[in-house]
Amino acid sequence: MDFKLSEEISALREVVRKFAAERLRPNSRAWDRDQTLPDELIFELGELGLLGILTPEEYGGAGLPYLANAVVMEEIARQDGGVALLLAAHNGLCLSHLNMAASPGQMQKYLPKLVTGEWIGAWGLTEPCSGSDAAALETRAERDGEGWRLTGHKMFITNGARAQVFVIMARTDPSKGAKGISAFIVERGRPGFTVGPKEDKLGIRASDTVPLDLDGVYCGPEDLVGEINMGYIDALRVLERGRVGIGALSLGLARGSLEESIAYANARIAFGKPIAAQQAIQFMLADMATELEAARLLVWDAAQTLDRGEDARQKASIAKLFASEMATRAGLKAIQIHGGYGYTKDMPVERYMRDAKLCGIGEGSSEIQRIVIARQLLEQK
Amino acid sequence: MDFRFDDDQRQLRDALRDFCDNEIAPKAAKRDEEGRFEEGLIEQLGRMGLFGMYVPAEYGGTGLDCVSYAMAVEELSRACGATGILVSAHHSLCVDPILSFGTEAQKQKYLPKLSTGEWIGCFSLTEPGSGSDAGAARCMATETADGWVINGTKNFVTNGGEASVVVLFAVTDADNPKHRMSAFIVDKRTPGCTVGKLEKKLGIKASSTAELIFEDCHLPKDALLGERGKGFNIALATLDGGRIGVAAQAVGISQAALDCSVQYANTRVQFNQPIGKFQAIQWKLADMATGIAAARLLMYRAAALKQAKEPYSAEAAMAKLFASEMSSRVTGMAIQVYGGYGYCADYPAERLLRDARITELYEGTSEVQRLVIARKLIQEPAWVTRG
Repeated sequence: MDFKLSEEISALREVVRKFAAERLRPNSRAWDRDQTLPDELIFELGELGLLGILTPEEYGGAGLPYLANAVVMEEIARQDGGVALLLAAHNGLCLSHLNMAASPGQMQKYLPKLVTGEWIGAWGLTEPCSGSDAAALETRAERDGEGWRLTGHKMFITNGARAQVFVIMARTDPSKGAKGISAFIVERGRPGFTVGPKEDKLGIRASDTVPLDLDGVYCGPEDLVGEINMGYIDALRVLERGRVGIGALSLGLARGSLEESIAYANARIAFGKPIAAQQAIQFMLADMATELEAARLLVWDAAQTLDRGEDARQKASIAKLFASEMATRAGLKAIQIHGGYGYTKDMPVERYMRDAKLCGIGEGSSEIQRIVIARQLLEQK
Repeated sequence: MDFRFDDDQRQLRDALRDFCDNEIAPKAAKRDEEGRFEEGLIEQLGRMGLFGMYVPAEYGGTGLDCVSYAMAVEELSRACGATGILVSAHHSLCVDPILSFGTEAQKQKYLPKLSTGEWIGCFSLTEPGSGSDAGAARCMATETADGWVINGTKNFVTNGGEASVVVLFAVTDADNPKHRMSAFIVDKRTPGCTVGKLEKKLGIKASSTAELIFEDCHLPKDALLGERGKGFNIALATLDGGRIGVAAQAVGISQAALDCSVQYANTRVQFNQPIGKFQAIQWKLADMATGIAAARLLMYRAAALKQAKEPYSAEAAMAKLFASEMSSRVTGMAIQVYGGYGYCADYPAERLLRDARITELYEGTSEVQRLVIARKLIQEPAWVTRG
């Protein structure tokens, strides 16, 4: 057993940590308030290699393992959950799906521009009436000559306001349930494709979340990703990867809560001494740190399992479930340690708590993770 | 980075699992009921090499690494929590300090017999008036011309009944607060050393928890373990390692709780279907598995750090804190899955809950673990982002 990060990943972590502290930290409050990220930031992320971190080098990506992605996600989310979710949807969902199932032609066409930030990617599974029950999606892909016409509504699409490339799951065979769904590339601007207004959210506000309207949007045979009717099966594998990323994002938020709380507890004087001298505060810090360390090991374990090409469904669900709920607890404790100041936007911890709540909902709610875990336990016997 | 066991460790685990399933688990309920280990158990464990796991071969041990040791404690505890702590306390609290702080002569004298289980080891720090505040111990060691005389009463000594060898902590310089205590290796047969009350406990009933009474107990000069005045440091260093063992015990007990809960959920039918079909039950199983997975990684991470001779005190405290509190929750959930049957001794869940509860108390309570962790965080905030 070896619990040490490689030198390569440690070095990457230092670079990203510095970037996050210098570039994100001073701006995160405003980005959260205004629900926006500056365009130039996207290119800076691309220059750092973070928009193609998992994408093969032959297409301009960094070709790094999921473990490296987890480390990067934690460092970015440590300062800004919104930027981290932009990366999660771009790398963990859109590019994961393309990396896994796209044809060489599709890869040539899309990946080089997606890894630089010239294009941002989004991924569309959820619909107004199908969230956890994703296989019940109703967006139709009806045959039209060699291609298809996509008609329906997508909901809660991360990066949709900015994205050029969307991987959209639509029903190609209404009689087959989960095995009648296919994945298509839809580019922004196609006739019939409308991107709706941003949702006004509790947290992760710098990352945009939009509805999509598809009204007979044409997709040619070159737009089908993977095999026909295999879109939902591939989507589940994408989510297995995405969930590890959301777990890693949760780690960053929780670490923010912990680090800010330690600094505050050491500086804040009450009853003639730093509040860090009180067991009431010490115990909250100890619990936050213990759970954070446990969650990080779970996330890294799942990431390494993906990197070995093994089935990581169970580990990914366990990591996401624990890390996301842990991050929400850590956020609440951080606010408590900061007292009244923690309840104001002058301190970042209320934002970490708001951001953390998303992690227990997006890419499979905590309830879905528990179903995945329990089913595996009950069926292995 | 690789969180998996190596091939040797996997083979050892498979062999141990067989042994535990066939030899240890079937008698766990009987041990609990009778409050003692059956005749021959210690010899049987000894033949399996389970008393000298990280003792180098030159002293008669099997020379295993710390991860393998933790895994053995996990597997034993999955079968029987009391047997798990018998092996864990022996290793972590007696063999380990002799290995780490003993002279060559002390190692030669004690380790071969400790490794076979001919001698069982224990650790004696706690006193009736000093538990978490271990530095306030009062048991005295007075230096004489040819050695030491011990006077005082120790209690809550795990393995104290079976043990032949005691790693004892006693006050040698009452007026020197920084170097107040020293450690000794005591042959329990020494005149003046007697076993007092054996505690009746909630759980781990087969494991003895003894009072040790020292009345003018004369020890030779070479009974001193490590330097005079360094006893408290030796105790703390020893307990760091012990916490890995207790965490492993908690993980093993919890795994047993999950295993039996899954089996019960698949077979118990209510409302015309196995109760495992209900989300109410599925949620518990998922939370149990998640907690166990997290605790197991914390525990093996601490063991790997100890093996690599890197600092691991805070990591061991986290592992013990998380694993022990998790085990109480998980075994409680197991009872809930079993319903009324879980409350009865015909099923293992209630024993598992009782056995799990001790892990939050001994070798440093959860409160002491939190103090250890918080001190690290407050004094060294950069530790949070360590490499």
